[in-house]
Amino acid sequence: MNKEISLCELVDGGKGRIVRIRGKSPFKKRLLEMGLIKGEIIEKVKLAPLADPAEYIVKGYHISLRHGEARDIIIEDM
Amino acid sequence: MNTQSHLKQTITVAVTGNPNSGKTTIFNCLTGANQKVGNYGGVTVETKEGILQHGQYTIRFVDLPGTYSLTAYSIEEIVARNFIIREQPDVVLNVVDGSNLERNLYLTTQLKELGAAMVIDLNMADEMKKKGVDVDLALLSQDLGAPVVPTVGTRKRGIRQLIEAVIEVATGKWDRPQSPPIHYGREIETELEKITHPIIERRDALQNSRAGLDNSLCMATSPHWVAIKLLENDKEVLRSLHDSRTRRAVSEQVERSRKRLTEMFGEDPETIIAEQRYGYVRGVSLAVIRQTPQSRMNLTDKFDKVLTNRVLGLPIFAVLMYLTFWLVFTVGEAPMGWIESAIEGLADLIGRHWSDAYVPALRSLVIDGIIGGVGGVLVFVPNIVLLFAAITLLEDTGYMSRAAFIMDRLMKWVGLHGKSFIPMLTGFGCSVPGIMGTRILDNRRDRFTTLLVLPLMSCGARLPIYMLIIPAFFAPDRQAMVMYSLYIIGIVVAVICAKLLRSTIFRGSPSPFVMELPPYRIPTLRAVLIHIWQRTWLYLRKAGTIILAFSVIMWALAVFPQVPAEQLEGLSGEQAQEAALRYSFTGRLGRCLAPVIKPMGFDWKIGTALVGAFPAKELFVAQMGIVYSLGEADGQSPALRDTLKKHYNPLIGFCIMLFCLLSTPCMATVAITRRETGSWLWALFQFGGLTLIAYVLTVIVYQTGILLNIGLG
Repeated sequence: MNKEISLCELVDGGKGRIVRIRGKSPFKKRLLEMGLIKGEIIEKVKLAPLADPAEYIVKGYHISLRHGEARDIIIEDM
Repeated sequence: MNTQSHLKQTITVAVTGNPNSGKTTIFNCLTGANQKVGNYGGVTVETKEGILQHGQYTIRFVDLPGTYSLTAYSIEEIVARNFIIREQPDVVLNVVDGSNLERNLYLTTQLKELGAAMVIDLNMADEMKKKGVDVDLALLSQDLGAPVVPTVGTRKRGIRQLIEAVIEVATGKWDRPQSPPIHYGREIETELEKITHPIIERRDALQNSRAGLDNSLCMATSPHWVAIKLLENDKEVLRSLHDSRTRRAVSEQVERSRKRLTEMFGEDPETIIAEQRYGYVRGVSLAVIRQTPQSRMNLTDKFDKVLTNRVLGLPIFAVLMYLTFWLVFTVGEAPMGWIESAIEGLADLIGRHWSDAYVPALRSLVIDGIIGGVGGVLVFVPNIVLLFAAITLLEDTGYMSRAAFIMDRLMKWVGLHGKSFIPMLTGFGCSVPGIMGTRILDNRRDRFTTLLVLPLMSCGARLPIYMLIIPAFFAPDRQAMVMYSLYIIGIVVAVICAKLLRSTIFRGSPSPFVMELPPYRIPTLRAVLIHIWQRTWLYLRKAGTIILAFSVIMWALAVFPQVPAEQLEGLSGEQAQEAALRYSFTGRLGRCLAPVIKPMGFDWKIGTALVGAFPAKELFVAQMGIVYSLGEADGQSPALRDTLKKHYNPLIGFCIMLFCLLSTPCMATVAITRRETGSWLWALFQFGGLTLIAYVLTVIVYQTGILLNIGLG
């Protein structure tokens, strides 16, 4: 079992497996609908020029998430 | 949904799909330029409609907003969902980006659950091929219970087959195989059944009663779908249960079921349901995709290495924004000049053939009021055409989301979305195209905040005012600084106002920034042209009429009541002009305002010029020329500058510029705000709010200046 970290702690180019999303907001539902579900592998591509948001790859497409939003996504570091 | 087989001459087709799935391109292919833009159900979300004649069939396509799902998360999703449920289209055409099959099919699963008669458009077939993805069409069609047609929207490939499939489904000729529904597992299905019970009971009761079924969300669609939505905690669906007894019974059952499932799974039901749906989608994709995509660096990744690079990203963005600005305003200058001279030419022509002696009031109305007003409408057209050319290019290439990605940090600080930057920047040229450009923002709160503060960006029409006043009162070495400070003040006030709005009327967590960064694509000329045409037409038809009406009213205010002829005797041309203006409603209003504007250091002459400048800010200069009997002046007029220097001090000069910067947006801005928000209330709120802010700040500056003895010399 790997260590659980928050998505925003992932280094550029790092990959992780989604464990869960914290919170209960409608925003969580949106993330689920965009394919950020348990067991999915997510890869961090890079930070934006002003260090926030960051670009990720999930389900074969690119998505941008702010730090505050990535904080609630718990992943298993790979 | 309508699945009976009977010959229908008119077929209604709802076009749905994810954002960036090429949905609009397909819609354009199907309907050509023969489209109508409309707002659905009084909200600010747009739907487009187009008619296609195909043989004996008239097919009406309705382009619904692009969505990832059909929950009540965003207004777009509600609009799309309500259209499918309430309007009962004969066919739902689901455009699916084949190069991103899994995420796109998530929406498809929900359309399937709704029981819609679907046609699947597997778009971007060329990109799939490039990626090495090969899809088993027959199997996919069987799994989803709908025909699947591969297309390449940008090259118009597969469109004919698509139309045929639509007709086949609409006429019931397509043999719909019973595709297995999504099974959410025994525990969830048990709870779903429990929730369905009271709904079915109510439905049966309604069906037997005289009233019959209403078309509310709950009654018009499959009870199974309603139950799923309720279990997903969809408040919009619950609200649509009109009968209070049923609603209570249902909501109690939903609460029980949610609690039970949460205890059982250790997760809320919506998470489980989303996971199950994606599980189903994954199953389908694994079965139909015959070749795994090779993962090698594609062109988009290479582009992004540069365009969103940590170091290069910002400078490239700055250059592209500069180019946009240059295109819209510098390139737009020449055609604006042509329009202006054509209008002037027309006014001259009529003026020459229509003697001043013959119904002079009507002559003035036609020449100054109507032709001037039409000119005032048309003069914005080059800006709007070019801005929408730029916006469509930025959006269709995929750069727009990168721009938002780059600017988000800065805009988030103000409480806005990264995309707000582009309309804001446009505002420095002119507020009218800027406000129209806020349509790129999906969230209503973001859009309205941006739109309301946008006139604070110092637009091009304020420039002649600065050019008149700054050289009159400030030493050459200070001039640039004064000008710069005005732009900065505008931005600072806009930031403060935006923050205020976001924490009061547009309160709410900042709209999340889950944004797709789509692959870079080459836009089609056709899409650009259609978009430009739609925007321009919308502007002319909707805002143009208001601007024209305003022009005529402002003309009347400046002309009536007319000075009695005996009072004009012995006056020179300029003096007569001054007397006429002073005697008119505009002049009277200016004098009425004198005590109110006195704390800002303004006299009635400035007041009159301010009233007269409502049609367009730059008119302030000409109006000042008239009130000082100098004839119509321009910003370079040395006589007017000398007069100003004689009558006012630098402090008042600065206060005039400050007030012109912050106060009342011009009437074209008021008109466009009315149009884009759909209500006079917002336009008046913007008008009043900005004027109040301008008043308070200018009074503070003037009184402080007097107190500290600054700028009085």
